[in-house]
Amino acid sequence: MKASYFPGCSSSEGGAKAYGSSSQAVSKVLDTELVELEDWNCCGSTPYSSFDELTSLALSARNLALAKKKGKDLVTPCSSCYVMLNRTNAYLKQYPKVKAQVDEALAAGGLRYNGTVRVRHLLDVFVNDIGYDAITAKVKKNLAGLKVAAYYGCQVVRPKFGFDHPENPQSLDKLIESLGGEAVSFPLKSRCCGGSLVISEENIALDLSRKLLDSARSNGAECIATVCPLCQTNLDVYQSRVNKKFNTDFKIPILFFTQLMGIAFGLGEKELGFKTNIVSAGKVLAKYA
Amino acid sequence: MEQRKNFVEEISAIPGGEGIRLCIQCGTCTASCPNADKMEYTPSEIIALARAGYRHEVLSSHSMWYCLSCYLCTVRCPRGINPTELMHALESIATKEGLSPHHRTLTPAMYRSFTDFVYSLGSLPELGFMTWYYLLTNPLRGLRLMPVVLSLIRHGRLSVKARRLTPEGTKQLKAIVEKAEALGGAH
Amino acid sequence: MEERRIGVYVCHCGSNIADTVDCAQVAEYAKDLPNVVVSRDYKYMCSEPGQNLIKDDIKQNKLNRVVVASCSPRMHEPTFRRALQDAGLNQYFFEMANIREHCSWVHTDRAAATQKAKALVSAAVRRVYHHEPLEAREVPVNPNVLVMGGGVAGIQAAIEVADSGNLVYLVEKEPSIGGHMAMFDKTFPTLDCAACILTPKMTIAGQHPNIKLLSYSEVEDVSGYIGNFKVRIKKKARFIDEDKCTGCGRCQEICPTKVASEFEQGLGQRKAVYKPFPQAVPNKVVIDAVNCRHLKGRAQGKDICRICQKGIPNKSIAGCETGAINFDQKDEILEVDVGNIIVATGFQQFDPSVIYQYGYGHLPNVVTGLQFERISNASGPTNGEILLASGKKPEAVAILHCVGSRDANYHKYCSRVCCMYSLKYSHLLREKLPDADVYQLYIDMRCAGSGYEEFYERLQEEGVNFIRGRAGEITDTAESPEEKDKLIVLVEDTLVRRKRRLPVDMVILSCALKPRADTEKMARTFGLSRKADGFFLEKHPKLDPVATVTDGVFIVGCCQGPKDIPDTVAQASAAAARALALISKGKVEIEAATATIDEEHCAGCKVCIELCPFKAISYDETKKVSRVNEAVCKGCGVCVAACPSGAIKGKHFTDEQIMSEIEGVLV
Repeated sequence: MKASYFPGCSSSEGGAKAYGSSSQAVSKVLDTELVELEDWNCCGSTPYSSFDELTSLALSARNLALAKKKGKDLVTPCSSCYVMLNRTNAYLKQYPKVKAQVDEALAAGGLRYNGTVRVRHLLDVFVNDIGYDAITAKVKKNLAGLKVAAYYGCQVVRPKFGFDHPENPQSLDKLIESLGGEAVSFPLKSRCCGGSLVISEENIALDLSRKLLDSARSNGAECIATVCPLCQTNLDVYQSRVNKKFNTDFKIPILFFTQLMGIAFGLGEKELGFKTNIVSAGKVLAKYA
Repeated sequence: MEQRKNFVEEISAIPGGEGIRLCIQCGTCTASCPNADKMEYTPSEIIALARAGYRHEVLSSHSMWYCLSCYLCTVRCPRGINPTELMHALESIATKEGLSPHHRTLTPAMYRSFTDFVYSLGSLPELGFMTWYYLLTNPLRGLRLMPVVLSLIRHGRLSVKARRLTPEGTKQLKAIVEKAEALGGAH
Repeated sequence: MEERRIGVYVCHCGSNIADTVDCAQVAEYAKDLPNVVVSRDYKYMCSEPGQNLIKDDIKQNKLNRVVVASCSPRMHEPTFRRALQDAGLNQYFFEMANIREHCSWVHTDRAAATQKAKALVSAAVRRVYHHEPLEAREVPVNPNVLVMGGGVAGIQAAIEVADSGNLVYLVEKEPSIGGHMAMFDKTFPTLDCAACILTPKMTIAGQHPNIKLLSYSEVEDVSGYIGNFKVRIKKKARFIDEDKCTGCGRCQEICPTKVASEFEQGLGQRKAVYKPFPQAVPNKVVIDAVNCRHLKGRAQGKDICRICQKGIPNKSIAGCETGAINFDQKDEILEVDVGNIIVATGFQQFDPSVIYQYGYGHLPNVVTGLQFERISNASGPTNGEILLASGKKPEAVAILHCVGSRDANYHKYCSRVCCMYSLKYSHLLREKLPDADVYQLYIDMRCAGSGYEEFYERLQEEGVNFIRGRAGEITDTAESPEEKDKLIVLVEDTLVRRKRRLPVDMVILSCALKPRADTEKMARTFGLSRKADGFFLEKHPKLDPVATVTDGVFIVGCCQGPKDIPDTVAQASAAAARALALISKGKVEIEAATATIDEEHCAGCKVCIELCPFKAISYDETKKVSRVNEAVCKGCGVCVAACPSGAIKGKHFTDEQIMSEIEGVLV
């Protein structure tokens, strides 16, 4: 299948570019072509929606209008972009006055949008469009024996845009199992990592990240799989800060779920970018390399 | 009386804000909020204060800036209100009136740096954004994060170049954003 | 054709109509309408002087058609029709224009509303011109009554009707009557033991000479109409000969098969041959065909077990002494004739496992209200001791209000009784575990019955910790040593505006009362409608809460909406009284505006038969035409619209009448 691809700032040239490259590589293995949307702009994420609601909607509307021209679903690996784009679709339907204003803004840029582009998270496309069986079929290195904590974070399941359970999602757990791995019990699987507040209120984010790392470890996880660039950053890049603040000794590799899939599919460093993971995954994944 | 009615109407005019009228003060949002105990007014309290017309207290409080946008409140609210969007609405009104509590939390400044970059480039260059943010708020704090920055560089995660849109794309985006701001609010 | 002389009366309805519509102007306008002889406006047409205006005009001005422009026909059509009848005119020579609900109550612009009122009057005048005289018919009423459901509502209704000397068929799906009330421990606010106050009534219902108790039975089909219903009932096979069973319970003791007990809400077990609870009425056992080893074996051609019948001879254990076990028993079908039906099918408890964050089903010691009733009940799985799954006593218990109720994600309505039964649980906990901490987490305290607020005050005195806040979640992830091995309730104590973590051992979820899963099927069987919340629809929420749109069918108790026992019993008595009123009258008047088929034009296509929601049309095989049973026909008009040959006419809703009404509006 073919879809329009919206990487988002982090996954394209930002700190999560390994997510972007592994997503593309894994999709190719699964016969899915992700064609990057040309000239897309930043979705604005939470900061812009807290700054000016209408402009935030207009930012997403431009991307949706561009995607509409390609006539396909818009797929994104980033949970925040997922929420922003879906929210825009929902609001344009729900608030006619706002739609009129967004239409006017788009018109100023010579664009039109009638609200019919479906926005999907990459995880959703993999598990629902491609399916677990098709994924298992492509496994070259079965991940048997690997204990993974499936970490969804918040925005891939909340607000309710129809993908998976808002408090107890199972799709990533099942995906890990379809690769042969073991998805450990993880009660905090859809709880917040601290999001962008890691920058302005670091202590809060470190506190939340600590709880997550602790829970994953005490449930036997050897690594954590994530579906959002910001979650990965908080848990990986700031893991040393967590250790410093709380005197803990976490050394849990935080993988993008597509990196995990890539290992199982037999892909290499070039596509999966493990060098960018701050907490090294080398030891944990040695037997699967 | 006039003040109370206008503030609720003002909030209700922002998409996602209209739920404020339905709240029964059950406290589920607060109970679900990971940061509720760090807020000076809990989420349900903010709603009560807003409905009672305490406009200045609400807009100058730092409560909503601690919202993580985790949306747990939203999926659990028994009246179907979206408190997350309500917090966003309050943040946007506070920003427009210059009431963001910059002296009590750095989040408004961080959001500001973020939006400045998106406004001018249409994309977010992480290094540029972080540098600008720390320069703006407190350079010394930035220094403490040097080990993190160095590890990012070592692992090839910090790119100096910023992604840019094409010249046509940039022009198009600017036109759209400027029109949106003219219709909605100020930059 | 006889000359038409039409009288028009425009009602002010006090200020209800007159404030928005210029009634005098409308009456003036009506004077010039075709065939109008008299046109008046008056303050209250439904009053006696108002009606007399009409009657006097009929006599003096020789009116033969009447139009009243006032409220909805649902309010006063019968009133004015009677007035016509009193004055010697056929009551169907009357038409009402609704200029209140359809005009003055929904518009604010006086000029526009007055214009609209004129159009409505014009329409009514043109229509009434074409009205034909129709005769209402009377049919006799069968004095038998069917009561569907044997909970406290059904039992009460059955006893009241039976006491009058009339025969009642009391049909209950479960092997015993008693319903949910039989499961309760104590009842609020008096703390009477539920079984103690219910079992006497159950016994009466089981032994009353005028009550035919059909337990373990279900209604399969209902046809007919008020006064004359035909009901098909399936009496499910108990595999027990009820005449021989003495209820001694020996079979239950020796049966080797144990399954989870539905009555104990899954907390205890029962055997495959069982009595649902000790005070069951009828006091007989039943064999559960799904779990019985012998019956399961039969399906595979095997003949195993039968211990209940044969006993265990080599251990000198005897089986059934009266030979009551009968594995060959079949379901029985009964057809009964009744005149009234009282539906008392009750409610179902909300299943809180869908609220993942409350932990029901995946965290231990999180129980529902009904489960707690069984735990606290002396004849329950723990003999009335409050115990955790581990067998230990809890040191702290939290009761959560509004689980599944007042929740846009599940049920928007308030279930009405949970505040009270939560208080009751607090009391039972304080009584049985005086050293335990009891927390009651509420949004509001709804104590609006007799003695209810006083009960709340009593619980405050008993030292229950009331926290005003709806629980966000229950977790077992401890954040401090005191929280280890506990269930932690996260709640905002809204009165002090602090987020609190309450470490407890047991959580009771006060779950919503919801419509039963088979409500849709039952609605179709009995011809009932349902409200937006899923409960059966009453005829009028304020003035007619037990009747339904289907005459002769009544709804009582929780199937109409969540309520407590006093209100349930009151409704049951109300429905019994309505049924008895009809029975005592002996006959009932039925709608004259029915459909008729012109057999000359009927093509025998049977489309109408398929479509009729009341099964009122039958097919005559000899003549090969369809025929309307006017006694059953409710005049809904579906067949009239659907007939491809135009052979069906709806009396009082002919094409001519409807077209002239439309013309009247357009003019």
